[in-house]
This record gives sequence, C-alpha cells and structure tokens, in this order.
Amino acid sequence: MKQRLMTALAAAMLVASPALAELTIVDTSYRTGPYGANGIPFSDGYQDYFTLLNERDGGIGGEKINLVECETGYNTEKGVECYEATKAAGNGALIYQPLSTGITYQLIPKVSADGIPLHTMGYGRTSAKNGEVFKWVFNYPANYWDGASHAITHILDLNGGDINGKKISLVYHNSAYGKEPIRTLEELSKKHGFELILLPVDHPGQEQKSQWLQIRRDRPDYVLMWGWGVMNQVAIQEAVNIRFPMENFIGIWWSGSENDVKPAGDAANGYKALTFHNLGDEYPLYDDMRKYVVDAGKAAGAGDQVGSVLYNRGMYAAMLAAEAIKTAQEMHGVTAINAAQMRDGMENLEMTEAKMTALGLPNFGPEFKVTCQNHGGNGFGAVSQWDAAAGEFKLITDYFQSDQEIISALVAEDSAAFAAESGITPGC
Amino acid sequence: MPDQLIFGMEVVLNGLMAGVLYALVALGFVLIYKASGIFNYAQGVMALFAAMTLVGMMEGRVPFSHLINAIFGTEIHHFGWHLPGLAAVLLTMVVMVALAWVVNQLIFRHLVNQEPIILFMATIGLAYFLEGFGDMMWGSDIKKLDVGLPQGINLMIDETTFNIFGYGFFIDNLDLVATGVAALLVIALVIFAQYSKQGRAMRAVADDHQAALSVGISLNFIWVMVWSLAGFVALVAGIMWGTKSGVQFSLSLIALKALPVLMLGGFTSIPGAIVGGLIIGVGEKLFEFTVGPLVGGATENWFAYVLALIFLVFRPQGLFGEKIIERV
Repeated sequence: MKQRLMTALAAAMLVASPALAELTIVDTSYRTGPYGANGIPFSDGYQDYFTLLNERDGGIGGEKINLVECETGYNTEKGVECYEATKAAGNGALIYQPLSTGITYQLIPKVSADGIPLHTMGYGRTSAKNGEVFKWVFNYPANYWDGASHAITHILDLNGGDINGKKISLVYHNSAYGKEPIRTLEELSKKHGFELILLPVDHPGQEQKSQWLQIRRDRPDYVLMWGWGVMNQVAIQEAVNIRFPMENFIGIWWSGSENDVKPAGDAANGYKALTFHNLGDEYPLYDDMRKYVVDAGKAAGAGDQVGSVLYNRGMYAAMLAAEAIKTAQEMHGVTAINAAQMRDGMENLEMTEAKMTALGLPNFGPEFKVTCQNHGGNGFGAVSQWDAAAGEFKLITDYFQSDQEIISALVAEDSAAFAAESGITPGC
Repeated sequence: MPDQLIFGMEVVLNGLMAGVLYALVALGFVLIYKASGIFNYAQGVMALFAAMTLVGMMEGRVPFSHLINAIFGTEIHHFGWHLPGLAAVLLTMVVMVALAWVVNQLIFRHLVNQEPIILFMATIGLAYFLEGFGDMMWGSDIKKLDVGLPQGINLMIDETTFNIFGYGFFIDNLDLVATGVAALLVIALVIFAQYSKQGRAMRAVADDHQAALSVGISLNFIWVMVWSLAGFVALVAGIMWGTKSGVQFSLSLIALKALPVLMLGGFTSIPGAIVGGLIIGVGEKLFEFTVGPLVGGATENWFAYVLALIFLVFRPQGLFGEKIIERV
C-alpha cells in the first residue's frame, strides 16, 4: 500500500512539474556500432554549440535549450523509435537531424504528419530541396547531387574545362545513400563526355579487393567515392596499395574526415574530399567553446574532438538550427517557439558572411538563403585536401556553385514523382 | 594469351589471399567449437578486443582513461611510453589468456551440460559485453595499427608477371604475410592437437566431456586453454584485418566473412577452415569478376552465402566436418 502511494505521488509530481526548458532539441546520435567513430564527433559538436549558447548567452532569446539525446546506433528502426519517443519531449521537439539517409527516408512521412521540421544537412533525400513538395524537410546548404556536380566541376577546372573521353570511376556504398549521385553523374557524363564506371561496395566495406583490382585494370583518370565508416578507410588504403594518385581520388564530404585518412598514414597525403563548411579550429567562436564548455567540463564528449571535420559539421548544423530559432523568434514575436514556427524560421533563414562573422565563424560556410520553393540553399561547396604532415584537411578552392541546370531539372523531376505517389499538391 | 584470362589469373590469386584472411577468422570458431561444442558468436568481437588492446599497449594508452577522467576530473590519457610490437603482442596475449580464464570462471563453468543453444546465447551476451567493455577500456576512435608488417604491391611479383604476360599482377605484401602466418598457425595447431599431451586432452574433451572427466582431464583447464588459443587466433586475425582498415568497431563484423567458410569447411576441422576459406575467397572473387558486371556488381557477400548454402544441402557437415550419427 505504502509502495503504491509513493508510486502515485511520484507520478503526480512528474505530471505536475513545469517544463524545465522551453526549446527542446533532440540529438539522434550514434556513439556505438560500426559508425560510432563518426557519430561521436558530429554529436559532440552539435551538443556543445547548444551548451555554449546556454552557458554564455542564457539560451536563445532568453529561452534555455533543453537537449535530449537518443542513441540510434545508425540503425533505421532505432532511429524511428527515437523519434517516436522524443517528439513530445519538453514542450515538443523543434527539429530533428538524424545524420542517416536511411532514418531520413523513414522520418519524412512522419515529420510531415506530425508537423516537425527535419534538417538533413548534406544527406537524405536530395529532392527534398523542393520546398513546395517537402514542406517539413530541409537540406541546406548542399546535397548529394550538388556534391556530384562539385566533384565534376573540380575535375573540369583541373583539365581546362574539357574532360571529354576521360574515365571516372565511382566507388560507392551499395545502399540508398551510395546510389544517390549516380543519376546526376550519368547526366553530367552525357553533358561533358566522360565515361562513368560504377563500382558498388557491399556493407560494411571491409573487403574491396575486387573493386580496386578493377580500378587498376581500367586505369580511370579519377575515382570518386561515396562511402561511410570502414569503407572509407579500406578504400583509401587500397588506393595507396595500387598506387593510385591520391590527388585524383575525391570523396564526398562523408568520406573526408580525419578518421578516413589516418589509418593509411602518410601515404594518404593529397587525398581530396568535398565539403560545405570550413575546417580547423582557428575561429573566435572556438575560444568561447573552450572557455564555457570544454574547460568548464560541460562538453558532450571528452572534449578532444574540437576542430575536427565532423565536430565542425555537427557544430555547423547546430548553429544553423540556432539561427533558424532566432529567425522564428523575430518573425513571430515569441521566444518560446513551437515546431511550426521553427519551420517558418528555417524557411526564412538567410546566412550571410556578416552574420557568420558576428557569430565568431568568419568564412565558415557559404552564404545562402532558404525560401519556400528552395529548402536546399544555393548548392555551394568547396574541395579540401589532406595534408598528412600537418595532420589536417585544408580547403584548396573557394566555395563554388553546382551545375544548377542539371540539378534543378533532376530535383523537379524526382520531387514531382514523390508528390504524385504521395498525393501531395505542390505549392507554397 | 587473352587479356581476360590474364586478369582472371590475377583475380584467382587475390581470391586465394582473401580466402586465407577469411580462414584466419574461421579458425577461432573451429577451435572453440571442436573442444566445447560452443558456436562462439563473440569470435569477431574478440578479434576487435585483441587488436584494440594491442594498439593500446603499443601506444601506452591508459585503460579506462575516459571513465577515470570523468569520475575524478583528471586528464590522463597516456603512460608516456611506447612498446615495441613484439612486446605488445606478448602482453596482449596475457590479456587474452586472462579474458579466457574470466569467461570460463564467470560464464561457461556454470553452463556445463547445458543445451548448445544456451551456450550460444551466452556467447551473444559475451559479444555485446565485450563490445562495450572494449570501447570503455580503449575508446571508440579509429586506431592506426602498425606492427611493422609490409603493405602495398609486391614489386617482384609485379615485375615477374609483367615480363611473362605483359601485365603485372597486383598482390598485396600484407596478404602474402597473412598467408605465411596462417600456414604456420595451422601447422602449429595440428601438431599441438596431435602430438602434445594438452592437445590430446583437448581432443578427448571434444569427443566426450564425461569420458574425459572420468580419466582425470580437467575440463576447466582445457576450456581456458582453448579459449586462450582462440584468443591468440583472434589476435592474429585482428592484426591482419586491423592493419588494412585501422582498428575500429567494424573489425567485429569480419565474423560475417567466416560464417560461409565454416558452413563449407565444417565446424570441426582446422584444415577445413583453410580449404573453405580458399574456396570462398576464389569463388566470390571470380564470380564478381565474371558475373558481377552483368548484374551491377557487389555480388561477393551474396555469392559466399549461396555457395555455402549449396554445400549445406549436399553435405550438411561441411567438406571436412564430422558426420553426425545419432543412434536410436
């Protein structure tokens, strides 16, 4: 009887308690499993930025941020469970950033029904760029098709604008993620006259001898890679083994972290990777990050990832979410915004160099503006290169725009197909 | 000679090398299954744990440093020394023997005479425990493993084949080392099992637990010994695979590559693991080379399991496995 009374009392207290924070951000992280080594720095960066805002600024617009972490293990089923378990946390989750194309595909119909914005930064369903069809999904500042175009544009630049007759191989993770750039590359192949050779690698990608023997036989001029996790490290090692010139090996941004190149040692020097944000930790914001978060013992992880490629990316994703919250607060004149207002903030987000400089992140990312029609930004990206001696990736180009002529047509076609099969009437 | 035939020869050679690497993983399964009837689901994780421990020893990492720092607010990560590869391998072996003893004392000692499925479930639990324990002990970052093994194209084979065929074959030096190590390992294991007192005791336990106990063989000692041997094989596999890809969680998934090898070679035969590995290695590489381009590629995993399935239908005990005869 006494035990029942205590249980009822505890339950009543939980229900009666006011929400401790007003802005709930869910971090669907993966710190375990085969992709944990990549999930950890991204999640650390994502959480540390919000912690910084709480500690330094008292939150956003005076509202504290309530961070809720849910471990997905990069498993699609667990990702969906996390979404269902956390969407009503606090005053309701404002945004999801699942860092998984598989989870993204499952969440698109759910967030559309529940009215919660989904941000898939540089991954997910590419045609979600069309805001007239995907009202609740955003993929700014760049997507996979932009990435495919960035790689080809870079190769064009290296060859004086003519790659007719060149051979380009694509080594890709044999999954929805890895197959994303194929259509764009096929269109670009028709436009520029290069031969495209497709080489799928099965999950997890620990054994790639067949693919690299074929590359050695085919002798392509360039190799592109769409990999994740161990596939990246093995591919770079195999490229070293067959003595493929590393400066002609270009990975998508998910194949371009320190984790991917370090196992191959100095031989990986010169490997290139695309990116849609800047690198390193030479930014004023990181002084505050160390002072208020890392040195204060409030970092999400061990604090040893600050400035790494994936930490920067997670931090950038959080910064874009925070800026969207500020935009929503200004638009609606309330500080405790809800998910629908968050969506408005995301749809009216404009990132300028002045804004990023004021945040302590000068030249950290490309300028872009989100609109109702365009949820994907302007498609700007850059190329980075691994400097093994310095132990860091360095930008070797300015930000440049993808081939909008090809990509806009593909986005329109794919989103129209989705609208038709889902019974959506496009419009703003 | 037609180009495709020359390329095919290169593919076969590389398939043989890949098969040896698969067999290295399969050997660990065979050892434990042979002596105790346990299908050790944790063998892949043991390879990961061994490789993590090896890197930790070599780099002088402080075990559980993240945990210690989180609890006590300290900032310790390294002891400040680096161990040579051989010393680190020996120390890692000590850890693997200790692990074998703990696993036996805490788990399998209490499960003697239980159904095989119970023992299998226990190894699943052990696998998940070791995954988390290894991460907690050494961190989950991707670690570079360099014990001084050569890597990259073998120039002698490249030049020789170029002079003969006009096309230089690619053979990875690391694969050649792995082949040599695997050969030595199999010879040593066979000699140990056939001619040493402990080896004969191991075979006796494998044949009949009760009969072995009745003649004074210590089941505990044999199981600890077998798990230690499997730990050693896991360490060798971890070194070879970890050198290729860095030491990271995915190393535990190499067990998936060993399953078709076991189905084909048999769960109880050491030579079977080698022959099974070679057949799977060559088969999947040749299939990918010949049929892969026609069906979009990425056929290797699929083909390995289909081949194993076909063998299962016609020879359920595998090529070299013992035929199960139950009298009624």
